Amino acid sequence: MSVRRLAPADQQPKEFAFTGDNLDWAKGQIAKYPEGRQASAVIPLLWRAQEQAGGWVPQKAIEHVADLLGMAYIRVLEVATFYTMFNLEPVGKHHVQLCGTTPCVLRGADALKKVCKEKIGEEHHVTADGKLSWTEVECLGACVNAPMAQIGYDYYEDLTPENFAKLLDDLAAGRQVATGSQIGRQCSAPEGGPTTLTDLPERPSTPTPKEPALADTEPKRPGEAANVREEGTPKPPVGDASEGSKTTRRE
Amino acid sequence: MTKIVVDGIEVDVPPDYTLLQACEAAGAEIPRFCFHERLSIAGNCRMCLVELKGSPKPVASCAWGVRDCRPGPNGEPPQVLTKSPMVKKAREGVMEFLLINHPLDCPICDQGGECDLQDQAMAYGVDSSRFKENKRAVEDKYLGALVKTAMNRCIQCTRCVRFATEVAGVPELGAIGRGEDMEITTYLEQALTSELQGNVVDLCPVGALTSKPYAFTARPWELTKTQSIDVMDAVGSAIRVDTRGREVLRILPRVNEDVNEEWISDKTRHVVDGLRVQRLDRPYVRESGKLRPASWSEAFRAIAAKVDGTGPGRIGAIAGDLASVEEMFALKELMSGLGSQNIDCRQDGSVIDPAWGKAAYRFNPTIPGIETADALLIVGANPRREAAVLNARIRKRWRAGPFPVGLIGERVDLTYPYQYLGAGPDTLADLAAGNGEFADILRKAERPLVLLGNGATARPDGAAIATLAAKAAVEFGAVKDDWNGFGVLHTAASRVGGLDIGFVPGQSGLDATRMAAFGGLDVLVLLGADEIDVAPETFVVYIGTHGDRGAHRADVILPGAAYTEKSGIYLNTEGRVQMGLRAGFPPGEAREDWAILRALSEILGRTLPWDSLLALRTALYQAHPHLQRLDVVAPGTPAEVHRLAGRSGTPDKGAFVPAVSDFYLTNPIARASVVMAECSALARDHDALRAAE
Repeated sequence: MSVRRLAPADQQPKEFAFTGDNLDWAKGQIAKYPEGRQASAVIPLLWRAQEQAGGWVPQKAIEHVADLLGMAYIRVLEVATFYTMFNLEPVGKHHVQLCGTTPCVLRGADALKKVCKEKIGEEHHVTADGKLSWTEVECLGACVNAPMAQIGYDYYEDLTPENFAKLLDDLAAGRQVATGSQIGRQCSAPEGGPTTLTDLPERPSTPTPKEPALADTEPKRPGEAANVREEGTPKPPVGDASEGSKTTRRE
Repeated sequence: MTKIVVDGIEVDVPPDYTLLQACEAAGAEIPRFCFHERLSIAGNCRMCLVELKGSPKPVASCAWGVRDCRPGPNGEPPQVLTKSPMVKKAREGVMEFLLINHPLDCPICDQGGECDLQDQAMAYGVDSSRFKENKRAVEDKYLGALVKTAMNRCIQCTRCVRFATEVAGVPELGAIGRGEDMEITTYLEQALTSELQGNVVDLCPVGALTSKPYAFTARPWELTKTQSIDVMDAVGSAIRVDTRGREVLRILPRVNEDVNEEWISDKTRHVVDGLRVQRLDRPYVRESGKLRPASWSEAFRAIAAKVDGTGPGRIGAIAGDLASVEEMFALKELMSGLGSQNIDCRQDGSVIDPAWGKAAYRFNPTIPGIETADALLIVGANPRREAAVLNARIRKRWRAGPFPVGLIGERVDLTYPYQYLGAGPDTLADLAAGNGEFADILRKAERPLVLLGNGATARPDGAAIATLAAKAAVEFGAVKDDWNGFGVLHTAASRVGGLDIGFVPGQSGLDATRMAAFGGLDVLVLLGADEIDVAPETFVVYIGTHGDRGAHRADVILPGAAYTEKSGIYLNTEGRVQMGLRAGFPPGEAREDWAILRALSEILGRTLPWDSLLALRTALYQAHPHLQRLDVVAPGTPAEVHRLAGRSGTPDKGAFVPAVSDFYLTNPIARASVVMAECSALARDHDALRAAE
């Protein structure tokens, strides 16, 4: 990580304001918090502002969010500069966040970096057509399928210089791409399918489940926001563990 | 109370104490950088680590409560060690980490010699570093005209951020980025707008924030330190004047819990360059329309020639805002010797009359008393500009818990929210009659405070407004035996002292406005009074320090001593008697004001009966015994406020006009200061920008 500053003035839009929908959504977020604690909504609002502004947070967006929440500008700037998920400079339509942490490097992330430099240019540089930009990030937690990159909202795993170059080309050209593992690996199971426990006799007593235990009804499409999820049914609160138990508390 | 053992010494401390406080109570010294008594606890420097028996790791004592410590297995009080090998090692480790990125530029650093990091590295650090990499480099930030930055030196204690947010009430400073790249800055490097920003320089434990006007001027060990009293406003902040030779190099705050805690306003701190320039260092006499340098005897003769042919009713004197009690007393005696009753210390046209009684023109609740008030009504004042440190105290009270504030006057940013009630006397009358929501709040309050500003009393109908405010105070139960919540906030350091010694017109005397008016007087003595326009034809004798408005108008100029160049008594707005001490000598032929008046009295044939400041003070104390009790408030009685409330009079309709329009340029010394002019320009730009939005 290095010092993060706001984009130069010539790249900054003259103004920023939430669209009607986003404003309604923002008000909903603010309403989650008690009176006087509106500042708690700063991260969701900044995130929505980043989505609206095309993947980065302009200065005017910071000020707009601060005004909405009644915060001092510097307080919002502190948050925006603290979290690297907020891009302070313009990014391409497909912003590549290439993992550069040890497991990915061991599995060849350096070669992917070269691909980025060839296909896109220097880090934080946006291609002339505005389609691509890239940055190196710390571990994104998909080490089993290293090397990997996050592009937009999606993870692309098991990258090689070849399939990564093709992926970037496809994205720039607007072609449909597959998310997840690029070599057909199932989730994070061993490459090439199971290699052990292949000869286990079928146990007649185990009923086969009718549907996967954890699955949305439809798979997420590439480019779709990952934080848009089906609303789960809220569980009733579980009783306090200490309730009814015989443990004595020391006063 | 909780028992705790620190280094084998058992102490009994309140359970809400932190370990650091408990250790200090036991006499142990705990090094610290981020912790400050008057700021919230951050706990990020880790310098205050101590060993807590039973805890596997050292704990940050500033952020660890005494009540959070576990007792021993048999219920023994918890044990804290501050001198154990573990603590020593922890401190050395923290210090080594702090110094990793701290440049070794002490020889060119302004903080050198008074640097917490330097001192603590000597006391608790190791003698070498094992760090072989490059040090972090941080861009310097622009923070305005008063605070210079050298951000490589920053150890990210965030004291400045907390001060700006909590005490000053302008959340402009922040820490952007994180980890090694964390940087202290304002939003897009805009200048700070607080009038207390100079205090971040004192708070900074290293040399990251230093004083811009004082940059590279002197080392602390070269300076002579004199404890004195500030006269830039009527708060009377405790200051330390640092001088080298004759020259005042800087002014720092002293701790006085009853007045300024440990803050001072920027005007108090940075007015020093005004003490050097535009000084009157010799007498001048006006000849054929032009001022020409003259000797003292020439100047005195010119005055004597004029006074001799003038009747007592045509002579008068006005004392300015910076005059000490002694010189006003001397001038009053001189004028009464001449048979004149035309004296006034209220050049701004205030109508407050000492005959109303002491409580009618004092800040009766006292400044520490603000913290015990539970509702505040501000009438015709902008405490942020008129008494910045007192405003910080109000803000402190507001932060401590629910504190409804109502404002009648100009709508301004006070750094805390308030209910805007109205602009002028009508609103006040309405409120005093018990109407409105805020009247209910005041009535319900146990200790309401009514703050009456100069903007309400410095107008022809000021007496009626003061009466109304007193009525409101009485009506809402602010004036009781154990609580007098009627507080008058003055702007002039000389005002309460002048009123106490009766430096106001006698029975047939003229007040300041009529003295200055055309045809009012033939001879007028201005004792440092610059904020008043004297009509032509009047022969003006100006005793003062700076070539300001008064000197330009004068016919004879007698050069006097500024507040750092004389010992004098000042009463602050509470009526607290404080004595400023002399830090240096006046320039050139200038003399202390009381001595000028004594010499002049001899030429005029009305010799004042004292030859030394001591003798003058003896006479002063005989006439006004309460001035002897230094650092004590000479209070008035609640009955006086009741009496004021019982007066009659109808105020006009006009809205209250703030007494201070430009915080940085209120007196001749500040107007001579380049730094103050720069601050004033910055503030104007800021206001214009804000108005444009």
